[in-house]
Amino acid sequence: MKLHKILMTAGLLLATTAAMATPATDELFARYKSQGAAGFDAARGDKAWHKESKGEEGQTMSCSTCHGQDLGKEGKHHKTNKVIAPMAPSANKERLTDAKKIEKWFKRNCNDVLARECSAQEKGDFLKFLLGK
Amino acid sequence: MRTNIKAALLAAALLMGSGPALAEGNFWLWLVNFSRQKEVQAVDNKAWKEECGSCHFAYQPGLLPGKSWAKLLDEKALADHFGEDASLDKDTLKEISDYAMANAAEKSYFKRSRKIALATEDGEAPLRITEVRYIKRKHHEIPEKMVKGNKDVKSQAYCNACHTKAEEGVFDEDTVDIPNFPDRD
Repeated sequence: MKLHKILMTAGLLLATTAAMATPATDELFARYKSQGAAGFDAARGDKAWHKESKGEEGQTMSCSTCHGQDLGKEGKHHKTNKVIAPMAPSANKERLTDAKKIEKWFKRNCNDVLARECSAQEKGDFLKFLLGK
Repeated sequence: MRTNIKAALLAAALLMGSGPALAEGNFWLWLVNFSRQKEVQAVDNKAWKEECGSCHFAYQPGLLPGKSWAKLLDEKALADHFGEDASLDKDTLKEISDYAMANAAEKSYFKRSRKIALATEDGEAPLRITEVRYIKRKHHEIPEKMVKGNKDVKSQAYCNACHTKAEEGVFDEDTVDIPNFPDRD
């Protein structure tokens, strides 16, 4: 009986983690680990996502400046006004499904918001945070 | 017999003149095309549409001369693209710059591109489309409150804010709709 319960919980856990990842993010998590990152943490990603910092032109900004407060909704590029599709995979099934695209935007956006590239650890945390949305 | 030939010629001419559907790829097509291509060739490259269009209006290559594109679409230049990091991987960058060079203003037989090519022939290559003399002149009479002072336009750089058919390469005055100024002229 006890074993049965443990198996059930394990099964449930597996099911939930499976829903919260894509082949692309699995690939990236593995890559980031090989680059020295330890475990990944959604809460840490959340905090970094919302942290205001000085952007390239000295203005304060965070990821939300363009992606908006509600990740289930569209965002808007702060300069060009271009609409950005929702970041939450629950609202946009295309999100986080293409490793090349994810890396491209990490490079660009970290440079724009933080004026530097993000570490493997930071990127993994961001992904973990976004996957839960 | 002669009328047959005439009819055939007329039919051919009508077909050729059937507008933007028949993109005007070369000089000979341009020569026999009675409606001529008035506007700018629409973008027909997927990478261009995706990569340029994910941040801003995907300006057609025919809006700038090749010498401008060469300056803009360079690895280093893209890392600081008007203040934003727009870097691309090598393969994508090559596809995009090849596309730009092949369809730049001076390579196009579309009327507006010809005018842009002419306006940029001498002098330094403009980096912004809004620096092109021909385009400046075309917007000369539009008061600032409709563009800069208009929260839904902000800058002339956002072509499609007012040019409702900009994506198709059509910049004709009849297709202009300035947000918040419905009763212009």
